[in-house]
Amino acid sequence: MAKIKGAVVVNKERCKGCELCVVACPSKVLALQPAEVNDRGYHYAFMQNPDACIGCASCGLVCPDGCITVYKVKL
Amino acid sequence: MYMDINDIIKPENLVYTKPRLMNDNPMHYCPGCSHGVVHKLIAEVIDEMGIEEETIGIAPVGCAVFAYNYIDIDWIEAAHGRAPAIATAVKRLNPKKMVFTYQGDGDLAAIGTAETIHACNRGENIVIIFINNGIYGMTGGQMAPTTLEGMKTSTCPYGRNVALNGYPLRIAELVERVDGTCYVTRQSVHTPASIRKAKKAIRHAFENAMAGKGTSMIEIVSTCNSGWKMTPVKANQWMEENMFAKYPMGDLKNV
Ligand SMILES: Cc1ncc(C[n+]2csc(CCOP(=O)(O)OP(=O)(O)O)c2C)c(N)n1
Ligand code: SF4
Ligand code: SF4
Repeated sequence: MAKIKGAVVVNKERCKGCELCVVACPSKVLALQPAEVNDRGYHYAFMQNPDACIGCASCGLVCPDGCITVYKVKL
Repeated sequence: MYMDINDIIKPENLVYTKPRLMNDNPMHYCPGCSHGVVHKLIAEVIDEMGIEEETIGIAPVGCAVFAYNYIDIDWIEAAHGRAPAIATAVKRLNPKKMVFTYQGDGDLAAIGTAETIHACNRGENIVIIFINNGIYGMTGGQMAPTTLEGMKTSTCPYGRNVALNGYPLRIAELVERVDGTCYVTRQSVHTPASIRKAKKAIRHAFENAMAGKGTSMIEIVSTCNSGWKMTPVKANQWMEENMFAKYPMGDLKNV
């Protein structure tokens, strides 16, 4: 079976830390920065568990601010 | 097999990004607000249909008053509730243009009810995108005609009381009965699956308008997490558990 690997890039300055991407991800890839904030004071999202990403784009779809770009490769 | 993340993050592997027609202006919406998701879908549909030069949006009064700042098409800003009247004029004077309104429930279901129903009844070849979050978001969370029974807002702090305030108004059911509408549907944007469905609905409505089939209304049951005083994640759950019973998902009319 072909294996799929994904990766996302979060536009951290655009992110508002709403957490919708975190709960939408089926693979528990994303988390909000626990301490660090962006210029506007939001705890932005990041890939805490990058190896688990399958590039399904669920996070990108639910992000109201269009902060997430998703990439996917078939191995 | 090990793969470096930089081998994945390459243009040829791109599967999702911010819509081309959504510009880089930071949106003023609260974190997690449904408005942003719907804006993305509209921008994608316009881009995919190749009609960015032909599309004119009519923005409301309400949180989405600044929609013109975020989607790079032509816009007109209407007075509160009057978007369907403006859309009527724009479409009649420019019949080849794709004209849509974008309105909240304070705008569409309170001050603009008459304009909405009459535009639908005339069968204007426009699309009405109706964001029903059950509250007046912009002005600080007052009761709307769509506020649920028992739901607390700043003007009904003990919950909406139907004896005093009447029943939640179901706009989609009203305009479904009017002869000029060709497509009336209720959608949401709280999960990846619902977002994909809502996008298809918007596309279908836009195609109806271009084909001159009459008025299409897409009601999108939405959250206003600030007004509801919940986190965005909790607001989506609350919407599913409470709003969907009064405002059920799906097509009401598709002719
Ligand atoms: C003629 C007029 N009356 C009242 C107002 C005040 N006002 C501004 S926004 C709004 C309601 C907005 O609520 P809604 O349409 O639900 O949009 P939301 O902000 O929730 O997206 C009201 C009553 C106004 N701007 N103009
Ligand atoms: S693309 Fe899918 S698997 Fe990867 S982070 Fe986003 S939601 Fe999770
Ligand atoms: S959904 Fe978007 S704005 Fe919200 S936390 Fe995720 S990346 Fe940030």
